[in-house]
Amino acid sequence: MAPTDRTGSDPRVTEDETAGDHLPPSQAGMSPAAAEVGAAERGEEWAREAERQHWLKSPLATLILQRMGLSVLLLFAVSLLIFVGVEALPGDFAQTYLGQSATPQAVANIREQLGLDRPATARYLEWLGGVLQGDFGNSWASGRSISEQIARRLGNTLMLAGFAALVSIPLAVGLGMVAVLYRNRIPDRLINALSLAAISLPEFFIGYLFILVFAVNWGWVTFPSTVYDGMPFGARLEAILLPGLTLVMVVLAHMMRMTRAAILNVMSSAYIETAQLKGLDAFRIIAKHAAPNAVAPIVNVVALNLAYLVVGVVVVEVVFVYPGMGQYMVDAVTVRDMPVVQACGMIFAAVYILLNMVADIIGIVSNPRLRHPR
Amino acid sequence: MRWRSIPVSAWIGMAGLALALFCAVFAPWIAPYGERQVVGDIWMPMGGEFLLGTDNLGRDLLSRLIYGAQTTIFVALAATVLSFSLGVLLSFTAAVVRGWTDQILSRFNDLMMAIPTLIFALVVLAVLPQRLWILVLVMAVLDSTRVFRLGRAVAVDIAVMDFVEAARLRGEGHAWIIFREILPNALTPLLAEFGLRFAFAVLFLSTLSFLGLGIQPPEADWGGMVKDNKDGIIFGVPAALVPGAAIAVLAICVNLVVDWLLNRTSSLKGARGDG
Amino acid sequence: MAELLDVKNLRIDATAYPEDGPPEDITIVDGVSFQLGRGRVLGLIGESGAGKSTIGLSALAYGRGGVRITGGEVILDGTDILKLSPRGIRRVRGAKVCYVAQSAAAAFNPAHRLGDQVVEAALRHGVLSREEAHERARYLFDVLGLPDPDTFGKRYPHQVSGGQLQRAMTAMALLPSPDLIVFDEPTTALDVTTQIDVLVAIKRAIEETHTAALYITHDLAVVAQIADDIMVLRHGKTVEYGTTRQILEEPRETYTRELVTVRQVKKEEAPDQSQALLKIDHVNARYANGPLILDDVSMHVPRGQTLAIVGESGSGKSTLARVITGLLPPESGRILFKNEPLPASLPERSRDHLRKIQMIYQMADTAMNPRHTIRQILGRPLTFYFGMHGQEKSRRIQELLDQIELGKGFADRYPAELSGGQKQRVAIARALAAEPELILCDEPTSALDPLVADGILTLLTKLQRETQVSYVFITHDIATVRAIADSVAVMYLGQVVRFGPKSQVLSPPFDDYTDLLLKSVPEMKVGWLEDVLETRRMESGGR
Repeated sequence: MAPTDRTGSDPRVTEDETAGDHLPPSQAGMSPAAAEVGAAERGEEWAREAERQHWLKSPLATLILQRMGLSVLLLFAVSLLIFVGVEALPGDFAQTYLGQSATPQAVANIREQLGLDRPATARYLEWLGGVLQGDFGNSWASGRSISEQIARRLGNTLMLAGFAALVSIPLAVGLGMVAVLYRNRIPDRLINALSLAAISLPEFFIGYLFILVFAVNWGWVTFPSTVYDGMPFGARLEAILLPGLTLVMVVLAHMMRMTRAAILNVMSSAYIETAQLKGLDAFRIIAKHAAPNAVAPIVNVVALNLAYLVVGVVVVEVVFVYPGMGQYMVDAVTVRDMPVVQACGMIFAAVYILLNMVADIIGIVSNPRLRHPR
Repeated sequence: MRWRSIPVSAWIGMAGLALALFCAVFAPWIAPYGERQVVGDIWMPMGGEFLLGTDNLGRDLLSRLIYGAQTTIFVALAATVLSFSLGVLLSFTAAVVRGWTDQILSRFNDLMMAIPTLIFALVVLAVLPQRLWILVLVMAVLDSTRVFRLGRAVAVDIAVMDFVEAARLRGEGHAWIIFREILPNALTPLLAEFGLRFAFAVLFLSTLSFLGLGIQPPEADWGGMVKDNKDGIIFGVPAALVPGAAIAVLAICVNLVVDWLLNRTSSLKGARGDG
Repeated sequence: MAELLDVKNLRIDATAYPEDGPPEDITIVDGVSFQLGRGRVLGLIGESGAGKSTIGLSALAYGRGGVRITGGEVILDGTDILKLSPRGIRRVRGAKVCYVAQSAAAAFNPAHRLGDQVVEAALRHGVLSREEAHERARYLFDVLGLPDPDTFGKRYPHQVSGGQLQRAMTAMALLPSPDLIVFDEPTTALDVTTQIDVLVAIKRAIEETHTAALYITHDLAVVAQIADDIMVLRHGKTVEYGTTRQILEEPRETYTRELVTVRQVKKEEAPDQSQALLKIDHVNARYANGPLILDDVSMHVPRGQTLAIVGESGSGKSTLARVITGLLPPESGRILFKNEPLPASLPERSRDHLRKIQMIYQMADTAMNPRHTIRQILGRPLTFYFGMHGQEKSRRIQELLDQIELGKGFADRYPAELSGGQKQRVAIARALAAEPELILCDEPTSALDPLVADGILTLLTKLQRETQVSYVFITHDIATVRAIADSVAVMYLGQVVRFGPKSQVLSPPFDDYTDLLLKSVPEMKVGWLEDVLETRRMESGGR
């Protein structure tokens, strides 16, 4: 039920759901399919949950509120993990910050200067209070306000990730449908083989390949992908073209494979057979009978794969020297600038948790059992 | 008979894996030059004396690639084995014992998975000292969350089956149920998952090295080699792409084998029970 | 007059994926021919794997899950539909031939209202206008005895019960006034008291609309009520084909005769049933915070005899088994074993307690670890309870295999290499290995074909004679109860409606539920359903 009930790393897990197509549940259950509880099953679970305990008149509203509450709780727990958990790890910030050769006096000085001599709980509460107001404190390295730095970079990152999402989501769903339509025939096998290769490629490999071919050899675009304030939109778009396409490549393959699995799962339902035996044509079967039931699993898949987007954007920004959050975070990790690392970690995690929440809420809303309770 | 039922793609995958493993084990004997030996100018082109050219410091790229296979594969393998042992043990325990143990383990796992892996790794590695065993441990712990999730789901599926209930009713202890009843039935999906986790570990390690947080120079590893040679790209030197391609090929090979394993298990099941 | 449907020499193949080796083609239906006239009903009957559903779907030129029709002709109204274009086939499906699936719950799309789904085929094929279609849907809902026919169509599938869904599916098939309807085990998933309503509804609808039908089932008693002709199938081939009366009353083939005369098991009821081995004393039970599943349940198992607990889904009979085993500790009440209280939960019970109460499951498939050999499966309780090893253990395993009438070669096989009946026998042997005093049998025969089930019942009776073991036999099937029980408990919605010696429980005067239950069980004779309808009409004549 938690939003994190997802495998964020491999597409194969859901894909294997199709392995259980025509099997009795006892046998299908033995496969790893179960790992990725299908959206339909999750819906069932929600429905049962809702029937059991709805304290509001509408189970739908109850569930959505519960789901939102869960996200808030999760965000809080993540903040604790990122701040206190990191604190509990061995290693003294001040010591590592200054290096092994630092004198004890220098270490003590820097501890005091950074406020590290005060108890962790007090610092956590102060930090959390600041975060809630959008204040992440100051960078150890530059001494400047982190919020200001992030404000500029967050926009850049969102634009890059948004571009990639806008291109890859419709493409993934479309290709997934093509693969299902031509199941086990040439287009499906081709898409399958290409996407298998694509999920095996590291982001930086695709990135440098693009740079070498498009920027260096052919000179179509400029490298590095610099953007600055007041840059015209068209130029900005040109700058994010290559990094955006790299991200698309990474996300698309994963998303496509899982969309295919999700649609296949729906297409192998008994009610699709009913529709075929009614003599309906392929288009009507897909549009009228498959699509309404495929929304929740596809949204689920999309949200799941936005995890690759969150991770991919970090690497891609480094490859293309693009001034975004990922670049900022990696730089901060290298110099062990903890406040910046924590701020970035918190923001990335929050975005991920929110995306999951939205996906789950769409899943809840698209479930007829919840929209039309008994 | 069995051999012939293995598809060509799986053979390709297995051959690739065998080659990579061979390089990893016998690196000092087959590499033409030393791992850190400067043998020529920087970024010499492919062909000629140096088959793949030289790198940013004038070291032989092929030799470093072979040594890199050693580091990359063994570190990734160690992390995977560790993450697997941890994940399977905890997840099976959660699935069999149920109750509070399950609740605590599962909710904590949910929390860990609420943060994207790379982001989590960046936060943690920013604090911890840069040591190889710490790197392996961090990779293993983060990855074990994924293993836990799959392992628990598989184990719960098996644990609700009648033969496990029959064992409980006989009075068997947790250890018997985990190792004798559940594990033998979970092996195939877990084996496939092991392959996927290994491929993921290779990619993850390479990404960390590429970001400068994984294996530290001058030791050769594929991700680090991409980082070393990335500046050459602007001058049209493809040296950075060679280790990148090696990573990709290794991951593809693993995926090909896993694909076959998964298909095989599903068709196995399809063959049964249709009287 | 030409027949409506003329199936000639039908052959259907499928691809099998053997464990080692490349995929190979197997023939699942071979050389089947039959004719069906307008308004007639043909019953296709056979055990699982007989190919009856596959034949039924061939009337819609449809192969499920990779099944291919590779030979023969399916001539519908003069046209071989196997030779039609995809477009031509679509015009047949849902207009001329309609299909009623076994599980209506899965066959309805959860995202659309029932009414819209029921009229869809007629609208898409242009058979009726929207108003006409909805009007006819209301009419059919009424004929089929669905509640509130005017508003029933506005509901979603999850909002109505299983029996209602099955009738709605029948309405969907009847709506375009097709020439032929294929009923694929339409009542198999239903409880017996629900089944009779659906059967009545289907029979009435067939009569009123004069449609022809293929009625597929494994239950000869059911098909006898509906069909004019019956074809008996086995392993994809025709065994016997004749009128219903001929098949039931003068079967020619041995196999058919066996089907008609199953239930040769007949156990004399024990005279004295007062000595209780297990006593269930005012037990209440529920799953965590759920509703009460067992409500003040009391009964006892006579020593060395069989208590049959009979009830439909939701009666709490399986929950009672969980309470007895200790998997679900009761909320209140006690369980006495040999007059001593049995600890409520599993961990509190001693190994000896556990040994004395063994269990046999419905699905032998899932009740045995597929990765253990039969030797391991039978050997474990021997080692676990009696510390047996080596020679002694092997000898005992062979003894057990002899007791369940399996030969020498079985010990080193895996469960997957056994047939369903053999698996259930091994499960029985595993229970016997513990030398128990009580065996809980949870529907051990309901997943088996009738002939095989009969063999299991005979075996259980024999073992009871030999070892004096007591059985708690949980079932939904009255015929099984009649065959093997000494005592009977009838359960309904978590309560014991009736308990006592079999002869008392199954003789009048009845309470309402037992009466309904007994009257709902189809009897293997022509005209039984008409008699029931007649009785009902008389009873409700005053309305």
